[in-house]
Amino acid sequence: MPAVSKGDGMRGLAVFISDIRNCKSKEAEIKRINKELANIRSKFKGDKALDGYSKKKYVCKLLFIFLLGHDIDFGHMEAVNLLSSNRYTEKQIGYLFISVLVNSNSELIRLINNAIKNDLASRNPTFMGLALHCIANVGSREMAEAFAGEIPKILVAGDTMDSVKQSAALCLLRLYRTSPDLVPMGDWTSRVVHLLNDQHLGVVTAATSLITTLAQKNPEEFKTSVSLAVSRLSRIVTSASTDLQDYTYYFVPAPWLSVKLLRLLQCYPPPEDPAVRGRLTECLETILNKAQEPPKSKKVQHSNAKNAVLFEAISLIIHHDSEPNLLVRACNQLGQFLQHRETNLRYLALESMCTLASSEFSHEAVKTHIETVINALKTERDVSVRQRAVDLLYAMCDRSNAQQIVAEMLSYLETADYSIREEIVLKVAILAEKYAVDYTWYVDTILNLIRIAGDYVSEEVWYRVIQIVINRDDVQGYAAKTVFEALQAPACHENLVKVGGYILGEFGNLIAGDPRSSPLIQFNLLHSKFHLCSVPTRALLLSTYIKFVNLFPEVKTTIQDVLRSDSQLKNADVELQQRAVEYLRLSTVASTDILATVLEEMPPFPERESSILAKLKKKKGPNTVTDLEDAKRERSADVNGGPEPAPASAASTPSPSADLLGLGAAPPAPVGPPPSSGGLLVDVFSDSPSAVAPLAPGSEDNFARFVCKNNGVLFENQLLQIGLKSEFRQNLGRMFIFYGNKTSTQFLNFTPTLICSDDLQTNLSLQTKPVDPTVDGGAQVQQVVNIECVSDFTEAPVLNIQFRYGGTFQNVSVKLPITLNKFFQPTEMASQDFFQRWKQLSSPQQEVQNIFKAKHPMDTEITKAKIIGFGSALLEDVDPNPANFVGAGIIHTKTTQIGCLLRLEPNLQAQVRLLEEIVIYTQVVCLLWCHVCSKWSHLRSSHRCVHLCNLHHPAGT
Amino acid sequence: MQFMLLFSRQGKLRLQKWYISLSDKEKKKITRELVQTILARKPKMCNFLEWRDLKIVYKRYASLYFCCAIEDQENELITLEIIHRYVELLDKYFGSVCELDIIFNFEKAYFILDEFLLGGEVQETSKKNVLKAIEQADLLQEVINSNIPRTLLQVILVY
Repeated sequence: MPAVSKGDGMRGLAVFISDIRNCKSKEAEIKRINKELANIRSKFKGDKALDGYSKKKYVCKLLFIFLLGHDIDFGHMEAVNLLSSNRYTEKQIGYLFISVLVNSNSELIRLINNAIKNDLASRNPTFMGLALHCIANVGSREMAEAFAGEIPKILVAGDTMDSVKQSAALCLLRLYRTSPDLVPMGDWTSRVVHLLNDQHLGVVTAATSLITTLAQKNPEEFKTSVSLAVSRLSRIVTSASTDLQDYTYYFVPAPWLSVKLLRLLQCYPPPEDPAVRGRLTECLETILNKAQEPPKSKKVQHSNAKNAVLFEAISLIIHHDSEPNLLVRACNQLGQFLQHRETNLRYLALESMCTLASSEFSHEAVKTHIETVINALKTERDVSVRQRAVDLLYAMCDRSNAQQIVAEMLSYLETADYSIREEIVLKVAILAEKYAVDYTWYVDTILNLIRIAGDYVSEEVWYRVIQIVINRDDVQGYAAKTVFEALQAPACHENLVKVGGYILGEFGNLIAGDPRSSPLIQFNLLHSKFHLCSVPTRALLLSTYIKFVNLFPEVKTTIQDVLRSDSQLKNADVELQQRAVEYLRLSTVASTDILATVLEEMPPFPERESSILAKLKKKKGPNTVTDLEDAKRERSADVNGGPEPAPASAASTPSPSADLLGLGAAPPAPVGPPPSSGGLLVDVFSDSPSAVAPLAPGSEDNFARFVCKNNGVLFENQLLQIGLKSEFRQNLGRMFIFYGNKTSTQFLNFTPTLICSDDLQTNLSLQTKPVDPTVDGGAQVQQVVNIECVSDFTEAPVLNIQFRYGGTFQNVSVKLPITLNKFFQPTEMASQDFFQRWKQLSSPQQEVQNIFKAKHPMDTEITKAKIIGFGSALLEDVDPNPANFVGAGIIHTKTTQIGCLLRLEPNLQAQVRLLEEIVIYTQVVCLLWCHVCSKWSHLRSSHRCVHLCNLHHPAGT
Repeated sequence: MQFMLLFSRQGKLRLQKWYISLSDKEKKKITRELVQTILARKPKMCNFLEWRDLKIVYKRYASLYFCCAIEDQENELITLEIIHRYVELLDKYFGSVCELDIIFNFEKAYFILDEFLLGGEVQETSKKNVLKAIEQADLLQEVINSNIPRTLLQVILVY
């Protein structure tokens, strides 16, 4: 390395930097910087044209100032000028400035792009390199627009230098990450795959990164990379440590490339070709074998590089999850690392084992390391390692070791770092519930959690213990006794008071026979905590007291005295005051029978996914929590999703927030105006029936388009096309469904099924005949559905199609666009009639107003077509304002007829478009209508739109 | 890799390289948070930690901390060796590199990094090839400047 090259001689810059370093205080530094900024500004503004060198020096100073953390708001133009300099160092500094201080100033971007374009065309590899580095560093959308088409050509051109190829590959990768839509796949992709065979390992390394990223989104396109990657990997792992010369790193051949190749292979399932598969297995075995060989060097770099490849190989083995032999070997290897003296390896082994624990082949093998992991939890000095140990214990937990693991986690919790306590609490709560055989153990565990780490016990956790106690009568007496005992502690956590209050209020009677826990003692015990508690807990305790009035008539007067006291009846808190007043009144006026009914024991809670699990997922991201069982549970939750009904309750208390009865319930469905814009259709139809497959992606959009039309393609994928043709008249309709086999192979066991929820079944009757179970390649079969609308309905039926294609089972679900507006009959009426009726329909419950944003201008003709398509008549010359649209119609069902008026008001003033309409009758129509409006204005209207709907129940229905 | 930071034991940022688009405000916030977190860790602790939804790999060389943020599925150990290879490159280029070299020749530190890593991925792992590229670039410099820098730098250092 020539000594002359160190620093490129910007004396002024060096002096400036040392000035800054000599500043004694922050103020002095800022003063020096401001002086410099003023100097540079005057130089840039001065009449004298600056030479390239000075420009470079000043730009470099600005860059330094920026990197010190100060804002720079000028100099960009000078930097851009440097880009077109012929002197390399000036160009280089210009590019550096641009790379670091990206500015979305569009004027400059154009100039920058221009300079880049020139450099790319220069055929000077050094200049091309600079330009490509700049694109990769900035990676903005504008650059993608300008160069995403050009770079693939540079990448695959035969005469491109290796170093330029490397830059081009990674440059393209960056652009693909920021703007995948702008990087078109094409002929170049197959040539990029062949770069895996390139002689230059640097090119292969860069290309592998690019291919991996592209293959994640386009696996089909890059399928051929698998066999190439395997053979490349095989050549590397079998090479002697000196074969690869400078690509050998501390005796490890090409570790970076090996890791990348192994990563690429993780985009795919195990190779189907037995030869490739065998070769890959050999590679993985070789890597595992090498781990047992004595190290070739004592340097940590050697072991790190070697183990980096090993861990990546283990990730691939876990990803394939198909070779029990390799999985168990991987597990044993990680087991060795668990006790390694390097903290890093212990950390990674714990992390890797977590994923291994979820494989059925290796779950048992992982479990054998339980003692080591527990030991790690106790002895590791680094919290990040202990955190990994907690994660692994959670992952390896099953029924056989749950008691041990929960006990260890609880005891760790006593000394755990504050940063991870909440997570441990959640994990303990989940494991205790999931693997509880004996629910007394569960109750003890949760109460222990509250005792040890009460502050970290979130609402979800104590809600859950109450839900479980309520639902299991075998544990209620034990729970009452245990909370009663726990409450004896002089200082107990407020969460315990909540749980205790709730449980004694429900089941205090089960222990009241014991004189040591007589009703009065129970009450006094709870009330002794009352004044130390926050408002929500006090509110809960008041509810407990009124429950006591029912359970224990003997303490009624004591409780009434408490409720009657000034501190309750005149409490400054409205919620507490209201409860005190109402409960006191209730206890005074209601007969014993009424009290017994109103204050009856809580009914069981509906079974549902644990809210704690949901919380942990939210906290950690779904992937980190799922194990085998959770994954199953999640899938079923997707299908049965939708809001849970609130638990039925007799006694209603004013505020749901601090309320016993609002426990974990979903908020009540809003009555009245529907929520504004976005996903309206989803709201209406959110209760998906228990379809076998989740709805196909994109089907929601397709479905929406059918709200205003009757014919078209409902669904299409690579195998199957579903077309629709339908006609409706009054309350009857007929739909022809066409299933097209797009492949050349037969579909077997082809079974379309119409699925209606119970609710829908009573309101919409569908009749159809089964279709031929075999659909030949390229053939189309037709199915006719006869439809009768019995009464108004909200959901749409789901069409589920199952068939076998080749060896695989296919399962597709789409919503069938049968919506209430299909049964519209247009009605003509005169202006006077229209507005007279309009005005009659003005009571609040008949009215829904909706405001939503839309993005594009509206086209009159399209609007008209939509209104007609929606089913109502389009009434011309009715509204005094010619810009408005009005429509009217009657929805026919078997049981009733529903009149509807619509009005759409585009407001052209103030850049606001007002969409207004009135739909009479149900919210459903309104929502559909809103949806239609929002859809098309979303497509075509760029301004804000206001959308009003009136709801009305016509007289007589 | 999402970004790389170099900072001193005193918490002064010496080099920052971002491979994802973030606002300046967000960058400053992340930097502050990470510098604090890492400086608070004890020497024998492991070189990895979970931070937000990223993994942080860091290592201290003399007075400088090198810190990389990688995504969940990326390989920690190989990232540790990315750091080491970068240090080797700096060392070879500057000849026994120290923090001052990076302060006074920060642009060189960036150029070397760009040859080694691009868009957050390893571009060239061969030490020879990276240094050759930088060397070639240096040869393109104007002759007039060629004898000034090192002597000046030494004067400053002595001073």
